[in-house]
Amino acid sequence: MGKTLAEKIWLDHIVSSTANEPDLLYIDLHLIHEVTSPQAFDGLRLAGRPVSRPDLTIATEDHNVPTQNINLPIADPVSKLQVDTLRANCKEFGVRIHSLGDAEQGIVHVVGPQLGITQPGMTIVCGDSHTSTHGAFGALAFGIGTSEVEHVLATQTLPLIRPKTMAINVEGTLKAGVTSKDIILAIIAKIGTGGGQGYVLEYRGSAIRALSMEGRMTVCNMSIEAGARAGLIAPDETTFSYVKDKPHAPIGADWDNALAYWKTLQSDSDAVFDKEITINADELEPFVTWGTNPGQGLPLNSNIPNPADIADVEERGAAERALTYMGLTAGTPLKSVSVDTVFLGSCTNGRIEDLRAAADILKGKKIADSVRLLVVPGSARVRLQAESEGLDKIFLDAGGEWRNAGCSMCLGMNPDQLKPQERAASTSNRNFEGRQGKGGRTHLVSPLVAAATAIRGTLSSPSDL
Amino acid sequence: MEKFISHTGTAIPLRRSNVDTDQIIPAVYLKRVTKSGFEDGLFSAWRSDPEFVLNKSDYQGATILVAGPDFGTGSSREHAVWALQNYGFKVVLSSRFADIFRGNSQKAGLLTVLISQSVIEEIWQQIENDPKLAITVDLEAKNIRYGSAIHAFEIDDYTRWRLMEGLDDIGLTLKKIDQVSAFEAKRATFKPQTLPIRA
Repeated sequence: MGKTLAEKIWLDHIVSSTANEPDLLYIDLHLIHEVTSPQAFDGLRLAGRPVSRPDLTIATEDHNVPTQNINLPIADPVSKLQVDTLRANCKEFGVRIHSLGDAEQGIVHVVGPQLGITQPGMTIVCGDSHTSTHGAFGALAFGIGTSEVEHVLATQTLPLIRPKTMAINVEGTLKAGVTSKDIILAIIAKIGTGGGQGYVLEYRGSAIRALSMEGRMTVCNMSIEAGARAGLIAPDETTFSYVKDKPHAPIGADWDNALAYWKTLQSDSDAVFDKEITINADELEPFVTWGTNPGQGLPLNSNIPNPADIADVEERGAAERALTYMGLTAGTPLKSVSVDTVFLGSCTNGRIEDLRAAADILKGKKIADSVRLLVVPGSARVRLQAESEGLDKIFLDAGGEWRNAGCSMCLGMNPDQLKPQERAASTSNRNFEGRQGKGGRTHLVSPLVAAATAIRGTLSSPSDL
Repeated sequence: MEKFISHTGTAIPLRRSNVDTDQIIPAVYLKRVTKSGFEDGLFSAWRSDPEFVLNKSDYQGATILVAGPDFGTGSSREHAVWALQNYGFKVVLSSRFADIFRGNSQKAGLLTVLISQSVIEEIWQQIENDPKLAITVDLEAKNIRYGSAIHAFEIDDYTRWRLMEGLDDIGLTLKKIDQVSAFEAKRATFKPQTLPIRA
């Protein structure tokens, strides 16, 4: 019987395998940031252990850093201590770090691909659940906790139980105005926030093949919102041409050898997945969430659902609580919902292609008076690229704010937060209660919907303009 | 890590599904650089409501959290586990746990017991009737006991052994360091390295 892509990568990384024990897996790349690493470095220090492979480790500052006045010391003393701790740890243990002000600083999942250190067939981990983003390159990439961060720092391995595999076939052609974000929101709405628990997802089919690398990263990024620790896409010419000539791409004979290996990285035709589902891309519409978990989403043309129509008792209760929290009434058209803030950014949609797509809608237009538009590039490199294309001017002329790189309002660890009851259309990945600020209300959308919503002031798609 | 053999304590009912780690501990509480002091952030948004179950005097001192399905979804923050432990919880029961949360709890020594929703419902009723009901979660015998009730649960032998021995994962892996070195020796040379820096 053939093997799936995830199984091939798994088997290629087994250091040791013993019956009734987890496999010990080798880790090709470990990404680090300020929030989930300090306790891990402390553990190493206490045990007198070095970082096993600093040359397979890289750090950046993203979660709690400010996106304004980055030339000044960080104002929040607790955030400053955490960032200073990361810098000191990297210095002590010999780990490469890209700090605020550096062109390679930014969200760890944007930085890896832009440096070309994210490549097909690798195992990649980070103390962040959106590490699944790197699966877009045909890598097995997943988030880990701080105990596991320490384990990887100390040994460059992790003991893991092999997950099951699920194929998600997305066949057909997306309509104009429908994006990779809408694909993944539709998948999560279909399988639920727990649907992927215990699985690695493999996204397949003609609609996935047609996506750019940026679009594929958006899809893989939100695998965790479907409950799966990892999601991946088989590498192809789109992948190879994206990686080629990036700073850390293989060169010379290494490139040829790498390419030959990468071309073997696809599920065999007779491979059997533990589960398989299909999505029709032709039928997809711009999607938006109405509730407080990413599975509570609907096409933008829908009305807000009535919890009384939901058969499952748990789901009905969750929907009732969500509508109360979100301040929404069942039966109202989603397009009539007004927003206060539009957030364009995050590891889901903070790459150059996302900024271009939004700028294309906003060019020559003004955002609604009632709306605050926050544009936060995923990395300093993305910011520089956008400025070289004049995108910053488009956002500023439209009435938006042009910020420096970081996770920003996606999780509101820095000053970029919603106020209580403030409502946002956000290109990020989580609409949890209080995620973007205590009492804040989040609707997850694509960059296109975000831009159209900023102009109209109510949840909108570009076709409404 | 402290050994976990069996624990007896009172329990608290959390009748909510899809409790994500942002609810367990919001991001603004994640700035500490130690593993302690996170108890103040535990369920902080919900604790501002006096009616929230953690605020009820009947349940003070509870050490077992009985949660709805899909507990611990979302962010990988192990701070969620530390916050539960710092507050005093030793065990969480649920019919479904998110993968990363469950992995983190098993590394940090917080026992997460997977048990059917019907048993969860039964325990919710029992502890709502009698908040002082003593419940034993026995990892050695793989069961939950209270009054005359016994509910068996499953856990893989390896994890159970690690928790019962209180073993340090890194120590176990370092015993296999020769195998790690052998693997590294035959690793493909085209794989990327972060050092030296290439621009």
